[in-house]
Amino acid sequence: MIHAFTALGRRMALDVGSGAVHALDALAYEAVKQWGTLPREELGALLCVSFPKDEVEEALAELEALARDGQLGADDACADIQPPEPGVVKAMCLHAAHDCNLRCAYCFAGQGDYHGRDRSLMPAEVGMAALDWLVKKSGARRALEVDFFGGEPLMNMGAVRAVVAYGRSLEKTHRKKFKFTLTTNALGLTDGAIAFLNEEMDNVVLSIDGRREVHDRMRPAPDGSGSYDRVLRGAWKLAEARKQQRYYVRGTFTRHNLDFDSDVFSLADRGFEQISIEPVVAEDTAAYALRPEDLPAILETYERLASEYIRRRRMGKWFNFFHFMVDLSNGPCLRKRLMGCGAGNEYVAVTPAGDLYPCHQFVGREGFRMGSVLDESFNVDIQRQFAANHVLAKEACAGCWARFYCGGGCAANAHAKHGNIAAPYEMECEMERKRLECALAIAAEEMEWEARD
Amino acid sequence: MKHVKTIQKSCLAESLRHGGCGECQASCQSACKTSCTVANQACAKKAEPAK
Repeated sequence: MIHAFTALGRRMALDVGSGAVHALDALAYEAVKQWGTLPREELGALLCVSFPKDEVEEALAELEALARDGQLGADDACADIQPPEPGVVKAMCLHAAHDCNLRCAYCFAGQGDYHGRDRSLMPAEVGMAALDWLVKKSGARRALEVDFFGGEPLMNMGAVRAVVAYGRSLEKTHRKKFKFTLTTNALGLTDGAIAFLNEEMDNVVLSIDGRREVHDRMRPAPDGSGSYDRVLRGAWKLAEARKQQRYYVRGTFTRHNLDFDSDVFSLADRGFEQISIEPVVAEDTAAYALRPEDLPAILETYERLASEYIRRRRMGKWFNFFHFMVDLSNGPCLRKRLMGCGAGNEYVAVTPAGDLYPCHQFVGREGFRMGSVLDESFNVDIQRQFAANHVLAKEACAGCWARFYCGGGCAANAHAKHGNIAAPYEMECEMERKRLECALAIAAEEMEWEARD
Repeated sequence: MKHVKTIQKSCLAESLRHGGCGECQASCQSACKTSCTVANQACAKKAEPAK
């Protein structure tokens, strides 16, 4: 399969089976669009209607050379690839707190308490038991990931510190390396907390939505007041202390701010260099939920964002947008691309009570409790079900050119929208495809600059 | 080439030969937490310094 597309005024082609990416002129673009669908002579004759014959011959010869070299029209069936057997768990989302000091309207964690089930903090002993469980389940894998999540994990800093210290002690005795990360609303970022996080956390994700009015509308304090100023102060302090590396400011956009490029630029204007803005996850009935009719505006926003992104980076106002990063030369292997995020298989979430779920978004959902780190129960059938839910097994992914870049989409979103982890959420797919087209066009543009400079 | 500039050469088949170690980051942990993108995750094996 070949995906020919235009983005940012560029004509491009992605060869799905090989992963090759090509920038095309107008003639080659028209040829690639028909590649493999017509005999050569017919294709040549068709192109000669709009282009000079010698140019057509030249372009077709170039494309044929690429095809011979396995870079155009390569097989993408992956018939001989078997995803690895389930068993190993190597990443964990540790819910340090099912409580929060904000009351964000769109919170999928039910404003911290995971839909009224509990408002509690994880005892340090449960966190330590979770690390023991992870070490046991990780087999020969050396790099283990633990993200402190919530609710708001900084509300339980004592336990976070104790669990990290325990993890460091396990590294020595079990030949493991813990990569700790933490996701926070930035309200509790005292100097002491920042120093600890910068010492111990591989990455810190800071929740802030962009423009003040956008942020305060959706992320109020319990008394209804805005949180923007306090959040911005804490987030900025941490980003600077980390020398603008190994962190993300991460916002959420809703149908109230479909012009979310302005939120990205607002964060960039305040000096943040690592930025991510994500579509909201919401019930269809919520006023702020994204609707199918919002899609054209959202896709336009991504295109606008990409254009300005290039301009700013070129002008020396560099920043990184998470979804425009695409590691073309050092990216993940094909097996990784088939397995996606690994939720429910290599990746699990642990509640304050020690219960295991496929990921943080599944916490509290009926039928998805996988066991407990306290009694070591673990439902292998659920793990098998998630492991089998890889890209090649999903009907909706079979005809999609982006399937080796998205990992098959988010299982939690698929389940929320369709009641089926194997049926990807269409809007998410549309957005992902657009982000990827923009990312590839950005890569082409920046490579050209480098060559010129 | 005059009509085509290759930005990235074929890489997926080659990745089958060196890949599959599982030491790379779980993509959802990196920044998103609500969507899925794997293409921006670096290969942990290739990032290792040469021995």
